[in-house]
Amino acid sequence: MILVLLLFAGLSALTPLLTRALGTRVFYLVAALPAAVFVLTLTQTGAVLGTSEGGPGELTDVVPWIPQLGIALSFRLDTLSWLLALVVTGVGALVLVYCARYFSDREPQLGRFAALLLAFAGTMYGLVTADDIYIMFMFWEITSVLSYLLIGHYTDRKESRGAALQALLVTTFGGLAMLVGIVLLTTDAGTTSIAQLVSDPPPGSGLVTTAIMLILVGALSKSALVPFHFWLPAAMAAPTPVSAYLHAAAMVKAGIYLIARLAPGFADTPGWTPVLVTIGVWTMLLGAWRSLRQNDLKLLLAYGTVSQLGFLTVVVGFGTRDAALAGAALLLGHALFKATLFLVVGIIDHDEGTRDLREITGLGRRRPLLATVAFIAVASMAGIPPLLGFVAKEAVLTAFLDAGQEGEPWGWVALIGVAVGSILTVAYSARFFWGAFATKKIPATNPAPADGVGASGVAGVHGQRSQHHQPEPHGHKPDNLILISPLILTIATITLGLAAGIISPALETYADTFPHDFAYVAGDEGHGTYHLALWHGLEPALGISAVVIALGLALFAIRKPFARLQKRVPHVVDAARSYWSIVRAVDLAAAKVTLFAQKGGLPQYLGTILLVFVLTLGGTTALNRTWPTEFVLWDFPAQVFVAAAMAVAAVMAARATHRLAAVLLVGATGFGMVVLFAFHGAPDLALTQALVETVTIVVFVLVLRRLPQKIAQHNRPVRRGRRIIIGTLVGVTMGLVGFIALGARQAGTMSEELARLAVEEGHGLNVVNVMLVDIRAWDTMNELSVLIVVATGVASLIFVTGRNFTIPRLRESRGRRQGRERVQLVDDPHTSNSVDDGGEGDDRQHSWLLGGKTLSPENRSIILEVLVRLIFHPAIVVSIFLLFAGHNAPGGGFAAGLVAGLALIARYLAGGRYELGETIPIGPGVLLGAGMLLATGTAVGSLFLGADVLTSAYFSTELPVLGYVSFGTSTIFDIGVYLVVIGVVLDILRALGGEVDRQQAEDDVDAAPDDHSVTADEAETRGRVASRETSGAISRNAGGAASGPASSTPGGDA
Amino acid sequence: MSASLTLVVLMAVMYGTGVYVMLEKSLTRILIGFLLVGNATNLLIFIMSGRSGTSPIIDDGVTGADIVDPVPQVLMLTAIVINFGITAFILALIYRSWWLSNLGDEGDDVIADEDDEEAREADQAEIFHTSLEDDDEAVRTVLEEGGDADDDDGVPHTREPSEQERDVMR
Repeated sequence: MILVLLLFAGLSALTPLLTRALGTRVFYLVAALPAAVFVLTLTQTGAVLGTSEGGPGELTDVVPWIPQLGIALSFRLDTLSWLLALVVTGVGALVLVYCARYFSDREPQLGRFAALLLAFAGTMYGLVTADDIYIMFMFWEITSVLSYLLIGHYTDRKESRGAALQALLVTTFGGLAMLVGIVLLTTDAGTTSIAQLVSDPPPGSGLVTTAIMLILVGALSKSALVPFHFWLPAAMAAPTPVSAYLHAAAMVKAGIYLIARLAPGFADTPGWTPVLVTIGVWTMLLGAWRSLRQNDLKLLLAYGTVSQLGFLTVVVGFGTRDAALAGAALLLGHALFKATLFLVVGIIDHDEGTRDLREITGLGRRRPLLATVAFIAVASMAGIPPLLGFVAKEAVLTAFLDAGQEGEPWGWVALIGVAVGSILTVAYSARFFWGAFATKKIPATNPAPADGVGASGVAGVHGQRSQHHQPEPHGHKPDNLILISPLILTIATITLGLAAGIISPALETYADTFPHDFAYVAGDEGHGTYHLALWHGLEPALGISAVVIALGLALFAIRKPFARLQKRVPHVVDAARSYWSIVRAVDLAAAKVTLFAQKGGLPQYLGTILLVFVLTLGGTTALNRTWPTEFVLWDFPAQVFVAAAMAVAAVMAARATHRLAAVLLVGATGFGMVVLFAFHGAPDLALTQALVETVTIVVFVLVLRRLPQKIAQHNRPVRRGRRIIIGTLVGVTMGLVGFIALGARQAGTMSEELARLAVEEGHGLNVVNVMLVDIRAWDTMNELSVLIVVATGVASLIFVTGRNFTIPRLRESRGRRQGRERVQLVDDPHTSNSVDDGGEGDDRQHSWLLGGKTLSPENRSIILEVLVRLIFHPAIVVSIFLLFAGHNAPGGGFAAGLVAGLALIARYLAGGRYELGETIPIGPGVLLGAGMLLATGTAVGSLFLGADVLTSAYFSTELPVLGYVSFGTSTIFDIGVYLVVIGVVLDILRALGGEVDRQQAEDDVDAAPDDHSVTADEAETRGRVASRETSGAISRNAGGAASGPASSTPGGDA
Repeated sequence: MSASLTLVVLMAVMYGTGVYVMLEKSLTRILIGFLLVGNATNLLIFIMSGRSGTSPIIDDGVTGADIVDPVPQVLMLTAIVINFGITAFILALIYRSWWLSNLGDEGDDVIADEDDEEAREADQAEIFHTSLEDDDEAVRTVLEEGGDADDDDGVPHTREPSEQERDVMR
């Protein structure tokens, strides 16, 4: 069975592709699968129903799925499943075949439609064969979703979309209730197997009753029973094959199936019979009543289906063996005749261009075969012998009559309700056939299209026509191939009716699963012996049937006056209207809640989150009873001063109105952390934090140079009091949490073990570094990924017009690198042919930095250039030293990368963006990629050698100069870290530095054109002006960056 | 394990001020708050490593028993670098938002213009709801026109349905 489901899934996935190649012929192909499953299920008949003497058997198929919850992919084929499986695969195959003629190749979204319909057939098969109730529920919900997609097939039509959404909402609402019921039931019973639940139901209790009622809500909503019935007529907006399959034979039967499935075990649950009989009878009467009022053949059938579903519910839910037998027969009969009728309506719609029975005439004479097929189906629906519908109805009447005579009051209720419902059924059946096939007198000329309601009504009902046809009402050539499917279904209706005696034993194997010990059947010997048959002799049920048919036809005869009577009876409750008002109310409430909760933007969200945090965590700390007894005021006296300085800096940062001041004050707290780390025994942290703070301040300044000096001029700070309160509360809470957490710590540290691991396994003395690159290398890998994402994000935010693939470099830089030409003027628009400034002077100067020439003289700082020139290479050497020393001493990839990044920053600050390109003529992407490649390469490499991910290997040797050297794969990993960090800094520099320069230059040129145009080429002048102003800003800011940390570190006195 | 009250108080102060600044609407202020809260969080982890001691570098004479707990340090090292990355990202956001508005520091806030934003969202919600209601309305129309709206069995909009009725009766 699992294989079957996989086949369905696979073929559905392929169907859209196949449709592209085959067009509508794809339906023949995909129909083969359900047909094959139908045959397969037939071959399993013997095993399921049992041989002549052996009892009924079953086929099971189990694959464990979530053993923790006891959920398994378990499937089980017993009589009921077998019956349903035959129905869904058989009707499914026929409907798919029908589709091949129903649709044309021009149909939009045909591939999707075919795939969905096939998937639906598979899902239904899964639903009826699943034994695990959760798996069954899963299929249940899948059918809801597929039904949504299928009903909404005509996506451009409003009623299609509305109906699809309505069906989805109603059935998923029921599904949700059902899920709760299922959880309650399985928890109480301790098993998820439907078979076990039914054969050994948990003892009756309020809990079980609640659970069963909730499950029934799901079943009733799926099968469109009152008060959920309204979605089914609306769902007729779907293409007719969908209506025939989903809304007659398959999906709406899911609810009936579930009731039938649970009835043997739970029919004696308090409330089961009254609820199902009441709702069923009500639905049957209401559906039939409404059906008599319809002029659209499809809607007539839809309301008829609602009515029949109510009928089915009464019968399968009644809870006696005979009723169950009758229910099984009725279920089969209904699937056959109702699918046929829908398919017939589809053909009529196709050929006549309308489904309005007021516009069709003489069809019976023109299409005798079609009329015959329809007549047999209608007769089966009305319960006329010798068809299956008659056999089933006889069984139903007998079962209720017996129950009533045995003193079960609900038996009488059901009998009378079903009888009255059947009268109406006969009437609307007759009306359907008359409406579709009789020869009626219709005005020769239809009312003008402008005729208000009539015209729009026709458009609404027959929208489908415009999908398939050119507007020629009777022009479609009758197509007899399309009749194959209805014909086969009709033959089944007849033969099964005649062969009632043969199928009876098969269906009885299901009915016999009902316990025979209900109060009112106890000791009744004659009970439980009913068999399906065409002829039971002259018995009361036959009499009732005859009366029903006679009254039904009489009702049809007086339909005119009856219609007038119907019109005068007002709707008591309009379920559809209540549904719409509920949906609207929910929408409104959601909108109001959203408006209330999401009004204040980020500050409000943050405030809400923090308040909840304070309330929960703060509340918990307030209840804490284990306050730490031992604590010290400080670790070392200097700590107090550092902490005081940091606190002051933090408070002042919060109050600062100038951007730069705020940034520097925050930097002060960061450098305070450096001091704390350094005194605490965390040299790696101190080193990294110091470098990061420096780089951060530079990056800040790069951005802030373009922003106004003062913060928040547009958005004045508001609600200070509230912010102070929240801030204080959070601060106090966090303080308490930290304090308590420290005191609560029981276990000692893992230092010793980690130290051993680092030295013995990691071959490094610096425990922190070894942990980063070896013991906890996964963390570091993820961190690298974050950094790459950040770098990419920064670049994509700044390089608005697409990432600059060309690195800004000076022209002829290759030539200049040959040393001889270094002193020559660079041939670049920024520096060549200068006429308006001291360009010639530059010619004779020695160039310390290549990019320096691009800056105008008043912005150049030769001292800075010289310094950078002198420092850069040593800095790189230091960074490489830190990289390799990091294994045994403070340092490592992060610190080393940051040092190298600082060196690059220095080059940029001194020489501008061209200098950056000259310094490192490859893109940051290359660095990031190479770094990540090294890191992941080390991680994956060990896999090839049979070790776990990120296992490191070492070799050590004595080298002449360096002495004892131990080199491991973790060092390669660290090199990856190093490259990624450099890449990130370079990316940030290029984006927030170089690109911002360029944009500023553009803006300046735009803002003040022609200001400096003297005689030279205008473009060159602009470039010069731009670069001059940019570099001016940078050098000013560089001064700020350099002095900032120095002044604020000691005491935060800035 | 004993705590240094000084550090706990410092951490509380930094959390408090950080949150205070973060609750503003200016992106720059939010970033300032983010940095303060980030430092405070680092400090929280730092406090958890216990009292100060020898740095976790196993050198001559240092054994595993003497050193400071290295685990918090590793976590913080990671946190510091990621903090830096996020800071750079928010800075790029600030710049971009400023660049977009290009009108002083108008772009430097979370909400460009609160009223406009709300009006636009309300409009979109309105459109969405109206379309849903239209769909529902269409369903209702089809159902009602197909059925109850008209007199039964009559040819639509002809005066005397009953006469024709009689003619076509079987």
